[in-house]
Amino acid sequence: MIRISVDTTRCIGAGQCVLTAPEVFDQDDNGFVTVIDPEQADGPPEEVARLRTASVICPSQSITLHED
Amino acid sequence: MSSVESDPIPFMLRRKGEPFPPREYAEIRQQGGLIRAMLPTGVAVWLVTRHEEVRAVLTDPRISSNPAHEGFPSPGRTGGVPSATEVPGWFVALDQPEHGRFRKALIPEFTVRRIREMRPAIQEIVDGCIDAMLARGDTADLVADFALSVPSLVISSLLGVPNVDRDFFESKTRVLVTISSTDEQRDDASRQILRYLTRLIAIKTKRPGDDLISKLVVTGIMSPQELSGVAMLLLIAGHETTANNIALGVVTLLANPQWIGDDRAVEELLRFYSVADMVALRVAVEDVEIAGQLVKAGEGIVPLVAAANHDGTVFDRPDEFDPSRSAQQHVAFGYGMHQCLGQNLVRVEMEIAYRSLFARIPTLEIAQPLQDLPFKYDGVLFGLHALPVRW
Repeated sequence: MIRISVDTTRCIGAGQCVLTAPEVFDQDDNGFVTVIDPEQADGPPEEVARLRTASVICPSQSITLHED
Repeated sequence: MSSVESDPIPFMLRRKGEPFPPREYAEIRQQGGLIRAMLPTGVAVWLVTRHEEVRAVLTDPRISSNPAHEGFPSPGRTGGVPSATEVPGWFVALDQPEHGRFRKALIPEFTVRRIREMRPAIQEIVDGCIDAMLARGDTADLVADFALSVPSLVISSLLGVPNVDRDFFESKTRVLVTISSTDEQRDDASRQILRYLTRLIAIKTKRPGDDLISKLVVTGIMSPQELSGVAMLLLIAGHETTANNIALGVVTLLANPQWIGDDRAVEELLRFYSVADMVALRVAVEDVEIAGQLVKAGEGIVPLVAAANHDGTVFDRPDEFDPSRSAQQHVAFGYGMHQCLGQNLVRVEMEIAYRSLFARIPTLEIAQPLQDLPFKYDGVLFGLHALPVRW
């Protein structure tokens, strides 16, 4: 299980998470990150890889993954 | 911490390479952390060439984007970037919290969803440029006739420039990005564009439409003066950069036709060429240690994003063009809070441009040997001055 937390006070709305893992992230009307489902069960490896990439490339380092 | 003071290496604006990136970048990167270098202006700076350290520099709050600070590096011949005190609204030159006011107001207009909504308008612009090229005959300069026109028209549309003014707007913006323009012509074109934008803002204030300027007017977050600076900045930031990417991409895809029609080429092209290699200039405003090197307050820092994007510790076989790789970690758009606001728009412009060009002109070819093409080795931005093509 991976839990996702985002810091909307840091977010700069670049949307890179939305491009990378659109099944997990979205942008609200102001452009800030929202998480569609903050608790990701172990999905297919390519989905998990996309989630990790989204967290790594976030330009404001607003995405944290908590892995249990 | 390094205590050895070695002589700065000369850092030239002229980039050699076959065609890019320069071999020198790999040599500098292998030397380690930060490298002392001398700009053509005679000012010593720190060059940053590794991916990890470029990201560290671009996210450190003790490192500033404001050219008003003592020691801010200027690349020389361009005169460097203006500071926000010179052009109100020039928020790339601001640090937090001032920068945030502008960025926050603009984000809703550049979300992934908003850019997706612009696709039909972008497609129409691209088709129009291709129609015009085809109507003129069977040869063209793909830079002048296509790559520069598309982003200029897209920005016009985004800002809400009325159709009847687009020729004027395009002709003036063209002067800014043409190498043979004199400084006087450039200054004059800049003044005319700013005057035009000021008038446009006044019109949109009275009769708001569905465009970026109207929406920003309604929010009241910026003064009209700041708004014209912001509009000018969006134009400058999105015009030649996008054109360079489009033209370089066409050359690269024609040389690697197996990737034509594969949208993954866009991300790899962004990484591979990193056209805005030395745009993210910085200065330390406090003493800061990066990669074991003390950078003192007032010392300039030049992160080379093309070097970072060819860092072999992050990208396997970095000098190979390979769209099947995961290129997303690239820093071609910068990193941190100043990362390119228009990046999602550029991606869509590139994707639609390549798809449409190769679908509608399947016999497109370059009318000059590759090694003779006029690459912008000496520009602040990498790209092509011209690209003769035929079909």
